Amino acid sequence: MLLPVLIGVSLVSFSLLHMVPGDPAVLLAGEDAYEEHIQAIRKEYGLDKPLYIQYFLFLSHVIQGDFGISIRNREPVIKLLKERFLFTIQLSFLSILIAGFIGLIAGVISSTKQYSLFDNLSMVGALFGISMPIFWLGLLLMLFFSVQLRWFPAGGKGTILHLILPAIALGAASSAVIARMTRASMLEVIRQDYIRTARANGLREFIVIYKHALKNAMIPVITVFGLEFGYMLGGAVLTETVFSLPGVGRLMVEGIFQRDYPVVQGSMLLVATTFVLVNLLTDIAYAFFDPRIRYE
Amino acid sequence: MGALLSIKNLKTHFYSAGKTIRALDGVSFDIEEGGSFGLVGETGCGKSVTALSILRLIPFPPGKIVGGEIHFRGRNLLDLPEEAVRSIRGKEISMIFQEPMTSLNPVFRIGDQMTEVIMLHQGLGKSQAFEKAIEMLELVHMPEARKVMKQFPHQLSGGMRQRAMIAMELSCHPFLLIADEPTTALDVTIQAQILRLIKEMKREFHSSILLITHDLGVIAEICDRVAVMYAGSIVEQAGVEEIFEDPKHPYTKGLWGAIPRIDEEREILAVIPGTVPDLSHPPTGCKFNPRCSHRFDPCDRIPPPLSQVSPGHFVACFLYGEENGCK
Amino acid sequence: MNEAKEPKTSQTAEVWRRLKRNRAAVVGGLIVLLFVSIAILAPLITPYPPNEGDLAKRLKPPSREYLLGTDPLGRDLLSRVIYGARISLQIQVVAVFIALVIGTLLGLIGGYYGGKFDHLIMRLMDILLAFPGIFLAISIIAVLGPGLTNLMLAAGIYSIPQFARIVRGSVISLKEKEFIEAARAVGESDFNILFRYILPNSMPPIIIQTTLRMATVLLTASGLSFLGLGVQPPTAEWGAMLSNARAYLITAPHVATVPGLAIMLVVMGFNLFGDGLRDSLDPRLRD
Repeated sequence: MLLPVLIGVSLVSFSLLHMVPGDPAVLLAGEDAYEEHIQAIRKEYGLDKPLYIQYFLFLSHVIQGDFGISIRNREPVIKLLKERFLFTIQLSFLSILIAGFIGLIAGVISSTKQYSLFDNLSMVGALFGISMPIFWLGLLLMLFFSVQLRWFPAGGKGTILHLILPAIALGAASSAVIARMTRASMLEVIRQDYIRTARANGLREFIVIYKHALKNAMIPVITVFGLEFGYMLGGAVLTETVFSLPGVGRLMVEGIFQRDYPVVQGSMLLVATTFVLVNLLTDIAYAFFDPRIRYE
Repeated sequence: MGALLSIKNLKTHFYSAGKTIRALDGVSFDIEEGGSFGLVGETGCGKSVTALSILRLIPFPPGKIVGGEIHFRGRNLLDLPEEAVRSIRGKEISMIFQEPMTSLNPVFRIGDQMTEVIMLHQGLGKSQAFEKAIEMLELVHMPEARKVMKQFPHQLSGGMRQRAMIAMELSCHPFLLIADEPTTALDVTIQAQILRLIKEMKREFHSSILLITHDLGVIAEICDRVAVMYAGSIVEQAGVEEIFEDPKHPYTKGLWGAIPRIDEEREILAVIPGTVPDLSHPPTGCKFNPRCSHRFDPCDRIPPPLSQVSPGHFVACFLYGEENGCK
Repeated sequence: MNEAKEPKTSQTAEVWRRLKRNRAAVVGGLIVLLFVSIAILAPLITPYPPNEGDLAKRLKPPSREYLLGTDPLGRDLLSRVIYGARISLQIQVVAVFIALVIGTLLGLIGGYYGGKFDHLIMRLMDILLAFPGIFLAISIIAVLGPGLTNLMLAAGIYSIPQFARIVRGSVISLKEKEFIEAARAVGESDFNILFRYILPNSMPPIIIQTTLRMATVLLTASGLSFLGLGVQPPTAEWGAMLSNARAYLITAPHVATVPGLAIMLVVMGFNLFGDGLRDSLDPRLRD
């Protein structure tokens, strides 16, 4: 069930080179390369062999960690990918932490005070969150906090300070989704009979909500966390561009502009595979945390 | 009075879409110490609302207790602050619900749910509460009690869950156990077991019981006094034998008449014509009057008061009471 | 087969009534209407040609002459924002149309015939969905190359899986209903069953998804244009305009505010309207 998707992903990445118009060898060598170089590339990547053999060559390289050589700067793609991807993961991680924290709290409080001012404001806030373009939010944050207030640096990497504004921009939409989902889940749970039992047993309202209700409500929210983290990996490119950060998204976009196909292929493969794995882990987590699935 | 629980003129309303639903419209009855009181009626007549009102568990939007008194062990429950009521819930008055599957928290183990309540009300430490919980499970004849403590509700059968529920609610030796349709969701064979269990527990702990049901067989099995509810009011109240053998109110008679009897030959099941009234616009006078074949003049103008027709037997109907020369 | 058709007209009236009462939906709907009107009337209402700039007047703040100011190349921002609406609507309509048609077809086939077809289609969708969010669109652009047409294609392809899933789900639940069995029993062809009975009854989720997708496509398309992978200069597109505004954030912040605001408002409009539609079409889902 997992395998066909991964194979599909690798196929798509592999075929990138062949779907772009032009001779793959020329594309890889560079348009102004010498004929001998082009031939050498042709041999090395087996571009004269049938497609399926090329695909297997591609796979075998990838499994050994060889993603080819960047056309632009002649470095192994794997080296570039490692640094940049790790960075994007860091950024996404910080982002989901912030987004999850805000989203969870807002969602839980909204659910306990349905239709109150807080609830309405939260839900309006959530609407803004999912409607605001990440790159615009990034620009606005940069404008206010970096330029006007000078609280945070405006770009580049270094300390965690450099990551806060990008993380917020990246996480706004996710925090809105998490807030909505948490609220809906809590509202559903609070209606259940076992909450009535907890109250009928004399438990304090605080315990009823934050222990009995929350533990149940969180189960579906876990899925959302996983998904959103995955979307961040893919969507970080916008934030990375605004804040000039060395992430894998920006690497890929640069690769597209520079026609650096090995880089593009490598990025596609890595990000997609990671996303599939993240989804798998999320499913496992869900099964783990719901006793109804875990025990029988 | 000497009664353990004395409810006087309880009124509970629900507000929804601009309408006021008078779910309880002046309900009064007493439960004696050691008594088993049955509250019977059709779905929607207000039996469960009565139970929830006693424990002040009516959710504020959309419901609210708007009048009356509930005297329990010398205090009016409706006057108490929330913390005082909370200390009574689960400890002096406990409640078991109809659906044991959904009434137990699916993500906590049985043991954890039980020890939490025991620790809260009895101030015991974790391991003491754990042992107490096992004691209770054994008392309700739960097979493999120690193993059950570590299990989750979905791993138990319906009957076992209800046993666990009973064990949990009795663990603090309440004075009053409210059982809201405790057997309705269970298999017929299990029903009998659970009823036997409830009776046994009542003897064991000297608790009083308020049993809410629409099943007359259950009433006959357990209760010593019965009240019949219709559309938010009590229409008849008497000892269990008397109310079965000598029902007075036309609705009560209709209910009994609708049961097929093994010792009678009948071709058509008697049915009470009409439907239950809309509680946001109830009929004037006696709420049953539109469906009553004995209806006469004051019935559709004045609500009949609950009057005594024989010792301990009360009826809210103009056919009886002072006008007819009854006491 | 009146059962399948008859209740629908009174249902539509009921839905319309609920929709009108839903304040959020009304606000959203008005925003969408405003957006579409501006987009359609763009050539008539722009004060200046959007792509011609007066370099002497670059980066001017809002004034009587230029209501929203000018951009780095001296072009009137108001006119560019108005034309941006036009381009955005164009992209949205084409992309959502592609996704709607292909996704619905795939969903119908997969859901109705099940078995190998279904598996194959679902695997394909899974492969598309293995690329998270905007990354999928970027990957498609990587193959096709940047440009307006490719942008519309990419946004379209990227939206197919959602439509396919929703239609498939609807088909699967409808397949078991009795009126379908009855239709089969009287010998109606599969084609007829699909298009005369199943499809019309699947319309509510399709309509909701279409509305919400308009919002997502706008965000994605403007994102891609922001990155330079979508619309190419000098086309006036909101995302591209924001990209140009980056370098002048300190000196001329007004250039960055309006295009982003426009995107946000239009996306909000579609989201509100879509949510309102969802509530009206299935009130069970409300609290």
